[in-house]
Formats: sequence, structure tokens, C-alpha cells
Amino acid sequence: MENKDDPISGVLDNEYKYGFVTDIESDTFAKGLNENVVRAISRKKNEPEFMLNFRLKAYKKWLTMKQPAWPNVQYPAIDFQNISYFSAPKPKKKLESLGEVDPEVLRTFEKLGIPLDEQKRLANVAVDAVFDSVSVATTHKKKLMEVGIIFCPISEAVQDYPELVEEYLGTVVPVGDNFYAALNSAVFTDGSFVYIPPDTISPMELSTYFRINTEETGQFERTLIICAENSYVSYLEGCTAPQFDTNQLHAAVVELVTQDNAEIKYSTVQNWYAGDPETGKGGIYNFVTKRGKCQGEKSKISWTQVETGSAITWKYPSCILQGDGSVGEFYSVALTNGHMQADTGTKMLHIGKDTRSSIISKGISADHSSNSYRGLVRVGKGASNARNYTQCDSMLVGDKCSAHTFPYIETGNNTLQVEHEASTSKISEEQLFYFEQRGISRENAITAIINGFCKDVFKQLPMEFAVEAQKLLTLKLENSVG
Amino acid sequence: MLEIKDLYAGFDETEILKGISLSVKKGETHAIMGPNGSGKSTLAKILSGHPSYIVTSGEVLFEGENLLDLSTEERSLAGIFMGFQYPVEIPGVNNAEFLRMAYNARQVNEGKDEVDPLDFDDILQEKMDLLSMESKYKERSCNDGFSGGEKKKNEILQMAILRPLLSVLDETDSGLDIDALRVVADGVNRLKNKDNALILITHYQRLLDHIEPDFVHVLSKGTFVKSGGKDLAHDLEAQGYDWLTPTN
Repeated sequence: MENKDDPISGVLDNEYKYGFVTDIESDTFAKGLNENVVRAISRKKNEPEFMLNFRLKAYKKWLTMKQPAWPNVQYPAIDFQNISYFSAPKPKKKLESLGEVDPEVLRTFEKLGIPLDEQKRLANVAVDAVFDSVSVATTHKKKLMEVGIIFCPISEAVQDYPELVEEYLGTVVPVGDNFYAALNSAVFTDGSFVYIPPDTISPMELSTYFRINTEETGQFERTLIICAENSYVSYLEGCTAPQFDTNQLHAAVVELVTQDNAEIKYSTVQNWYAGDPETGKGGIYNFVTKRGKCQGEKSKISWTQVETGSAITWKYPSCILQGDGSVGEFYSVALTNGHMQADTGTKMLHIGKDTRSSIISKGISADHSSNSYRGLVRVGKGASNARNYTQCDSMLVGDKCSAHTFPYIETGNNTLQVEHEASTSKISEEQLFYFEQRGISRENAITAIINGFCKDVFKQLPMEFAVEAQKLLTLKLENSVG
Repeated sequence: MLEIKDLYAGFDETEILKGISLSVKKGETHAIMGPNGSGKSTLAKILSGHPSYIVTSGEVLFEGENLLDLSTEERSLAGIFMGFQYPVEIPGVNNAEFLRMAYNARQVNEGKDEVDPLDFDDILQEKMDLLSMESKYKERSCNDGFSGGEKKKNEILQMAILRPLLSVLDETDSGLDIDALRVVADGVNRLKNKDNALILITHYQRLLDHIEPDFVHVLSKGTFVKSGGKDLAHDLEAQGYDWLTPTN
């Protein structure tokens, strides 16, 4: 596996080029992965026995597995022995003013309309006490505690609520589910934990944005959300601002569980660095496993994602529809430009009776990018009267990009009702000319067309998130059309 | 208002317009007629600044300014409107919203406030009544799945909303049945006044029965072969274009 040109090791060796350089390099493990490293991570985090066993089981599974070759993406082999698997949370370098931030980053902030104080927070510039995210977080935490909601880093949950973590961790994504999930299970260091008690509607949208501990969670993030009966929560992950990271490989795992009549709405806006637009060099590889289990009757899990970044995205937020009458939804906008590659979609696994799923996927490809939708609808023997609606639309911008759809349907009974619709369209020079002839700028024209194409997905997002997502897509595409 | 001087232009490597000159003054209506392939639509595309069409030589002045220096957007904001022969479908973009974007682009350009959807609806409804357009065309995607006739009405609706100085209507009569033609022509006539001008590009004389031109120009193989008053259109209808086609 030794390869001098391996871009991952190249990037891993580099310092963070966007100014968030960490000064303190202590408390970082030597590169490489073996059983002792797994044990050491668990020891460092002072974990109970069950966590160590969980990690070791995952590690042993991982040793027997291979990197998946089926996704429609290409990248050089990753040397997993050339990654350091533990580093204690390091304080980010505080900048004195926005003047120290990369001008390109500032331009993007401006285009996205992110308020000045928010810009400072994102760029890690010291902010006034009033806008200190910690005080905001504390206020939120208090409000949540009043209704019994637990929202904390998962490492804290392992210490404070070990019985909840032990009961649910790995029940939706088993340790040996796939290569990257197994790796994550063995070595994850942090992420989010949410527990919504019965009969509780979360008084606010929970967001990774104001998670109590906002330190870097590293490349193997782990999230677990449990929504007890008759409860509801909306969870937002990520933000529209460009995110840079020294870790090129990201392999997160997200598990959701809903009990009877509960609903989780999980929204993501992902805008990781996609690499050099000309060569694709240095971009993030995002290999994430996201899955929700509708365990209870009439429960519902809804995934909404706006994927605009990363050099390679490999992601299939899925629903296991186990409870009778449960509902799974997947709304996705995936934009690729430059040399990005995305293979994304969903799996809807119908197990219970009268389960329903709907899939709305909008793929936009520009420049030299490749954008694939991969969706599986599987209906078990006992899942009588299951229904699925799939709509899969692709939009091409320019003529050097590609879009692919891979829909799979597997059914074990004959009562399934499936509807599938698909379309491919283009933003054409003629359309833009038409707008411009009416005095509408090219930028506004692209925004209007993209919003029209994506509106079924955007309307699922919380309001401000939707507005930011619209601007983000326009920004990404403005140099790609024509 | 518009002064075209010895214009040579074309598409890719092909020269289509070979030295045409035309002068259009405020309050005038000019008809440009000619057989297929004579360069009529090319002239419309050149005036509106279509990126695929290239001017090789000549000059175009609009309100005394060099039009060829302006972008498509700037030309529109300066007051040039083109009625498309084949209006482009914009799936997903609500027609009323499209029209409001265009209207507001002008408002902003003139230093006025943008109009909100409610106020715009009043403006829009009035113009749609003028063209007997059903209100369902507000909510549908712009031109998407519209019949040929509704697309053309939608072009004139945009003209009514934008109140341009110079309108270039490219084959607006094609695809219209006789009732729709009358509605469209009435709409155009009502928008006409002493301060604006109209260029009608048409293959047939029948549009000119409804919108009376002051001048008729015959374009053939990229040059104007004859100009005259409205009677010229009748002669063409009776005799065809062949007698005017240059023989060299």
C-alpha cells in the first residue's frame, strides 16, 4: 500500500491551509491501526466495558472486510495505516480579525449573506461576549433540560447515560454493516447524542451548529438520536458555509430510532471542500452511513439533504420501516461541479404492514462532475400493502458532466404499489438568453431555474436553511453555466 | 430611435446578413418580410444580443448609443424587447414569478422600489385581461406545456408588462389561429404609441391586416431587396417573393 503519490497521506501531512492551524501537536497517536490503538482510544476516553467490547467487535469485523468497489466513483486506494486515529480536542487558533481570514472564504460568506458575527464564529475569529456561541448554547441547553431532552456530545452520553447508549448504539447500523461503518464503530471519538422522552415535542430545532461542545469531532463522527413514543424532533446537521478540514477521509455514522408515533426529521446541508476545481486535488472523501429505524408503529423518519461539497460523496440515508404503518421519506438535492463525484441515494426497507416510503431525488451536475442516484426499495414477505413513490430528476449543466440513476426494487410479496418517475433536463443557453432578454441577470436566472428544480426538496428544509441552500447552489453554479 | 448601418453578421462561420441598413423612428411600425432563410430571425437575434450570433462589421445605434457594446441584459433594460418565434420553456419557474423578476429588474434599473407579489398581481391581472388569458397561466411554469397560441400570448403579455421602447416581434403570428391572432394584434395595437416603435418580422401578410405597418422591407439572402409602404405587403401576398429575389 505504500504509495508516494497517495493524495490522502499528502493532505494528512500538510498543515491546514485555511488558517485554522493548530499549534499544539501533543496527545496525538502515532499513525496506524491495530487492536492496541482501539483499546487505547477507549481507555483515553475512560469508557465502560461495553464500549470497549463494541469497538473491538467492530475492529475484528473490519479486518475481514474490503473497501466497497461498487459505487460509481474513482479514487486512489486509501492507506488506513497512514492515518492517526486519536488526537485530543485541540483548541483552534483564534484569529484577531476577519482580515486574517482567506479572502476567498470571505467572498463566499458575503455571497451567502452570512451575518458578520456569524462569519467570525465560523472562521474562528474572537467574537463579542454577546455573540459567544457558548452562552447561546447554554441558554438552549437549559430550555431543553426543562422538557427532559438530552442533547450532548456522545462521549458525554457514554459517561452520563450509559444504559441508553448501550441499548441503542449499533442497533440500526450494526458494527459489521459495511467497511466504513465498521471502521467508524472501532475508532469514533465523538459526535452527537439526542434523546427525546415520550410525549415531547422539541421546543426548538436541534442543530450541530450550537452543540454544546463545538470542538472538532474528527473524521469519524458518530451520531445517535432516539425519539420515544409520541415525540417529535427536527435535527439540522452542517451549515452552508464552506467547511475545510485537515482530514481528507470522513466516515461518519448516524443512527436514528423512532418509537410508536414518533417522528424524526433530519436535515443536512453539506458543503465540504471539494478540492481544486481544476484537478479535484485535496477534496474531502465523505463516506457516511446514515440509517433510521422506524421501530414503533406509525412512526416516521424523514431525511432531507442538500449535498454540495466533498470531492467524493458516498451516502445513502436509509429507513428501516419496521413498525406497522410507519413512513420513510428521503428528499435530496445533490450538486456536483468541478471534478466532484457523488454516488448517493437511499434505501427503503419495508418490513411492517402498510408501510409507506417516498423518495424525491434531484441531482444537478456541472463541469466535469459525475452524479449518480442509487436507490433500493426492498419489500419483505410480511410487508403487505407497502407503497413507494420515487421521483428521480437529473439536471445537466454543460456537456462534460454526467448523471446516472440506479433504481433497484426487490419485493417479497405482490401487494406492493410502486410509482417511479424520472426525468433529465438541462439549463440551456437558450433559457438563460430568454431571461437576459427580459432584463434578468444570469445569476438570478440560474437561481430561479435551480430553485424551480429543487423546490420539492427545499420546502422540506427549515426556512432560513432553505434560503441559504438556494444561495449556495447559485454560488456553486454561477461559473459553470455557459 | 434605431439606426442600423451596413450590418454584416452571422452564425458561427456563416455570414447571413450582408450589409443591411435600416432606420426606425419613434412612433413607427416597420414590417420585415421575406422567405425562409433570408435572415429575418438573425436580425432579431443580433438586435437582442444572442451570444451565438456574431457581427462582423457595421454599426447599430439605439437612442444614439452603440447597441453592440451592450450585453443582452443591458439592451433589455435600455428598452429593447424581443418577442420570440419559439418562446423558451422554463420548467419549475412560475410564470407570474418570472414576469415579476423581469418587471423588478426594470424597477431597480430605474431606481424604483421592487414590487411585491400582491401588488404585482394587480398589474399582471390587468394585462392578462387585455389578452384574454386565463389566470391559470400565472401559476403554471413559464411557457412549460403551453400551446403554441398561449406561448405567443405570453410573449405579448411580457411586452405589456415591460413597456419597451422598441419591440421586435419575430413571427408572432405563426401558430396562432384567427381568433388568437386578433387578440394578440389588438394587444399589440393598444401598446403602440407615439413614443415607442415596432418591428414586425413575418413571413405572411396576414398579421399586417391586423397591425398596420408604416413601412415594409423585403429581406432576401441577407439584403433588403425592396422597401415600401403597406401596399408592398399586398403585392407580396399576390405575387410571392420570387420576383424580388436577387439573381446574382
